[in-house]
Amino acid sequence: MNKKLFVALVALLLVAVFMGATYVYRAEKAQQAVSLAARNRDALVRAHAPTLGPAQAPVHIVEFLDPACETCAAFWPLVKQLMARHPRDVRLSIRYAPLHQGSLDVIRLLEASRLQGRYWETLETLLRTQNAWTEHHTARIERVWPQLGGVGLDLARLKADMASPAIERLIEQDVRDLRALNVSKTPEYFVNGRPLPEFGFDPLVALVQQELQAAGRAR
Amino acid sequence: MPTALPPAASDRAWFPLFAAWTIASISTLGALFLGEVMGLAPCVLCWYQRIFMFPLVLVLGAGLFPADPRAVRYALPLALAGWLVAAYHLLLVSGFVPASLVPCDAGGVSCSEVTVRWLGFITIPLLSVAAFSLILLALVAALPRKHP
Repeated sequence: MNKKLFVALVALLLVAVFMGATYVYRAEKAQQAVSLAARNRDALVRAHAPTLGPAQAPVHIVEFLDPACETCAAFWPLVKQLMARHPRDVRLSIRYAPLHQGSLDVIRLLEASRLQGRYWETLETLLRTQNAWTEHHTARIERVWPQLGGVGLDLARLKADMASPAIERLIEQDVRDLRALNVSKTPEYFVNGRPLPEFGFDPLVALVQQELQAAGRAR
Repeated sequence: MPTALPPAASDRAWFPLFAAWTIASISTLGALFLGEVMGLAPCVLCWYQRIFMFPLVLVLGAGLFPADPRAVRYALPLALAGWLVAAYHLLLVSGFVPASLVPCDAGGVSCSEVTVRWLGFITIPLLSVAAFSLILLALVAALPRKHP
């Protein structure tokens, strides 16, 4: 009998050590991310980033996004809902994290659509139809074209603009910034310069709520 | 032929079985920590070592209550196979086996790349070899002796 108790205690101890180590490790990582973001505020907020919402909004969400990332596509409608709940207080900027193979081309396409004033429609269409143009986490640009029918883009101009050196420079800057901020997964959100304490939509909502409260705009 | 071993034999086997179970449990939780908490993706060889390590926790755990030295028979093949994979992996990261022979990069995680190095020499494959070696030693100590 006391052998059983002994083994149970050892098992409990091992699990407790595991959970304790997990807690300490996560807390330390979260702290590192906070100070890294604080030290690299310039890298986080760039004037070139496509931005939605009023310029004076007290809460600014910066999202590092890969158009080929499934979770980014899954989060997009939720983020739009969150913005719709606070139309005057939340602003969203998109930065690129081309972590999937082939997503560079899709980002070039997105930026080219911005030159035609159809950025957000294009982004939304891309994320909605993502299944049709990704395969094994690889983006296939040739499968993107048929998806763009309803967006009203001038495709010939779009293809020409995709080779623009300005777009190339923008992407290079985003990639430098995501390295500086140690963004290794997408989507990654920063709210007024603070990273999410843990990944998930609820932590994003909670952080936005905190910042709204800090700005005296909470309802 | 007796169906149950004499109490003395199972008593003698209990502690080594328990020791092997403890090492397997620590190794399993350690592998889960590296993979799930630290986010280090396991390479193909790591997966095979996990395949042989994780069931040891259950097989040896079942062999503790009631104390059953025959659990060694079921645990030994797992421990031996795991040890072989771990030894190969250690040779690979130490450069004794050319990396080009390893079909590892399909999943995008290289087996020959060293992702963790504590105190300058402790790597994950070294820990794995050490764990499987200790488990093997404990299992051999728990082997039932032939009755005269």
